[in-house]
Amino acid sequence: ARYRKVDEDFFEELEEVLIASDVGVNTVMDLVDELRMEAKRRNIKDSSQLKDVISEKLVEIYQGDADEQPQRLHVNEDGLTIYLFVGVNGVGKTTSIGKLAYKLKQEGKKVVMAAGDTFRAGAIEQLQVWGERTGVEVIRHNAGSDPAAVIYDGIKAAQARGADVLLCDTAGRLQNKVNLMNELNKVHRVIEREVPGAPHEVLLVLDATTGQNALAQAKTFQETAKVSGIVLSKLDGTAKGGIVLAIRNEMQIPVKFVGLGEQMEDLQEFDPNAFVYGLFADLMQEEEQAE
Amino acid sequence: MAFEGLADRLQSTIQKIRGRGKVTEQDVKEMTREVRLALLEADVNFKVVKQLINKIKERAVGQEVMESLTPGQQVIKVVQEELTQLMGGEQSKIAVADRPPTVIMMVGLQGAGKTTTTGKLANLLRKKHNRNPLLVAADVYRPAAIDQLETLGKQLNLPVFSMGTDANPVDIANEAIKKAKEEHHDYVIIDTAGRLHVDEKLMDELTQIKTDVKPAEIFLVVDAMTGQDAVNVAESFDDQLDISGVVLTKLDGDTRGGAALSIRAVTGKPIKFVGMGERTDQLEAFHPERMASRILGM
Ligand SMILES: Nc1nc2c(ncn2[C@@H]2O[C@H](COP(=O)(O)OP(=O)(O)OP(=O)(O)O)[C@@H](O)[C@H]2O)c(=O)[nH]1
Ligand SMILES: Nc1nc2c(ncn2[C@@H]2O[C@H](COP(=O)(O)OP(=O)(O)OP(=O)(O)O)[C@@H](O)[C@H]2O)c(=O)[nH]1
Ligand SMILES: [K+]
Ligand SMILES: [Mg+2]
Ligand SMILES: [Mg+2]
Repeated sequence: ARYRKVDEDFFEELEEVLIASDVGVNTVMDLVDELRMEAKRRNIKDSSQLKDVISEKLVEIYQGDADEQPQRLHVNEDGLTIYLFVGVNGVGKTTSIGKLAYKLKQEGKKVVMAAGDTFRAGAIEQLQVWGERTGVEVIRHNAGSDPAAVIYDGIKAAQARGADVLLCDTAGRLQNKVNLMNELNKVHRVIEREVPGAPHEVLLVLDATTGQNALAQAKTFQETAKVSGIVLSKLDGTAKGGIVLAIRNEMQIPVKFVGLGEQMEDLQEFDPNAFVYGLFADLMQEEEQAE
Repeated sequence: MAFEGLADRLQSTIQKIRGRGKVTEQDVKEMTREVRLALLEADVNFKVVKQLINKIKERAVGQEVMESLTPGQQVIKVVQEELTQLMGGEQSKIAVADRPPTVIMMVGLQGAGKTTTTGKLANLLRKKHNRNPLLVAADVYRPAAIDQLETLGKQLNLPVFSMGTDANPVDIANEAIKKAKEEHHDYVIIDTAGRLHVDEKLMDELTQIKTDVKPAEIFLVVDAMTGQDAVNVAESFDDQLDISGVVLTKLDGDTRGGAALSIRAVTGKPIKFVGMGERTDQLEAFHPERMASRILGM
């Protein structure tokens, strides 16, 4: 196989490919500078040799020096486990809950869902459909009612039914809306108060098509609701979701799942190596095809 | 977080020039470098940035900037002008068909804001233009998409046409037009399911609806937070459907919204409206200069 020469053109293209993946321009420029030096130091002439170095460096940005353990969800060994889903509008919170409910049921868990989005038109009905699809009970109040009260009832119902896991949906909200963020904070406090140690995960759902604003989302949701992990949705499209590198790097929030479609089965555990390779695979593939 | 506006970005370059009192080509180069970074941080697509930078460089190397006493401000002015020009004039008009009903199709990726914007447009048509729109629930895929539109219809006290989730979206659209004619609706707004631009089967469905109902407007609804991928999405929807305009949603957030520039650059189609909130009255006209300032963080 003839691989491409590692020259200035190659580095420029790599820079573009990574920027096009929403990795963020500063991160990319630092990374490519480092790669230039590394290639020189190790006398790398051929892009096939550089492939692994690029992956290594990207994974390093993602997880630092820490050995990445598989990102299993935290489980409450002494009772009800509660997962809270948060994020801006339309990213895939409700759908991800449906998918996770399916996954947990497959694992033999008893699951209950709470329809904490009482605001958006049709939100309760949407979760209800997911409840029917997955055979999971949905605790709901009427549209317009207090989300914290729904979540409270969800906890009580899940406990009464001896459920293993409660999945809490919340309304989409833009992170700059102070009132809505306060409302979310209240939901979080209710969960904390009712079950010590809960919520066991606060999952921020990020749409992979999102650009640099995802950083601001992560920061503010982190402050408001102590985000513990990310679900990166809509990775089945052409967007790459590169912004999660910066989020992990700056805020230590790991990606736990990726969403790959609209169906029940379309939720996968996150694999950093596969993910980072996906960010620049196009560049390599072009070269390999061009042989 | 490291999101500075363009003025802050240019600060150190300008400081240097002040000390020396004369702008060199190297200074211009450094300034355009900062412009490039500002645009990329605002999510403008890198290819679009490249084109823009070439134009800006051309102008900036000229006397306009080189001979100015305030080169930094001059660069900002040039950049703002170029962005504003690229985004075109104000375009918040909605087409009227020769013979009623005028049909509007809403298309876009999943979760962009199509259904919400359908409600907003209907509200606008009735309130501002005294029209009598019929809303059409042609999303049979997303769970409770029909409930969502029906709820909006109830809130607005406007009729919603639906045939349940077993019907075919193309049939739904056709039946809706018949019904609109019978009941003398002058506008029909068709809410379609979110789909990926690379999903051939679902993109074909849109083409089929378009062929049948001959819409006067096809609005591509795009989330303002979209990153580099905006060009792929917009280009692809436009290639396949020849869209008539764009609605940019969720601009009530704090995103810079560089997607606006990217979309406009690759499709040449106007951004007609912006979504400024979740409520049905939160739809506004698009203002290119405001958008330019926003993207530049000014
Ligand atoms: N292609 C694709 N679509 C997805 C994925 N996840 C969710 N969606 C779609 O994205 C749209 C929005 O998903 P929702 O689950 O309603 O998003 P949400 O965050 O709950 O939205 P709000 O409650 O309105 O804020 C729906 O059409 C989903 O089917 C994914 O992984 N891939
Ligand atoms: N803040 C804000 N939220 C918006 C705006 N437009 C839509 N939304 C919200 O974005 C989310 C998605 O909106 P939808 O109208 O369901 O989007 P859609 O494109 O119809 O989604 P699918 O049918 O699943 O593809 C909802 O939570 C809306 O309330 C806007 O301009 N501002
Ligand atoms: K989106
Ligand atoms: Mg939801
Ligand atoms: Mg919709």
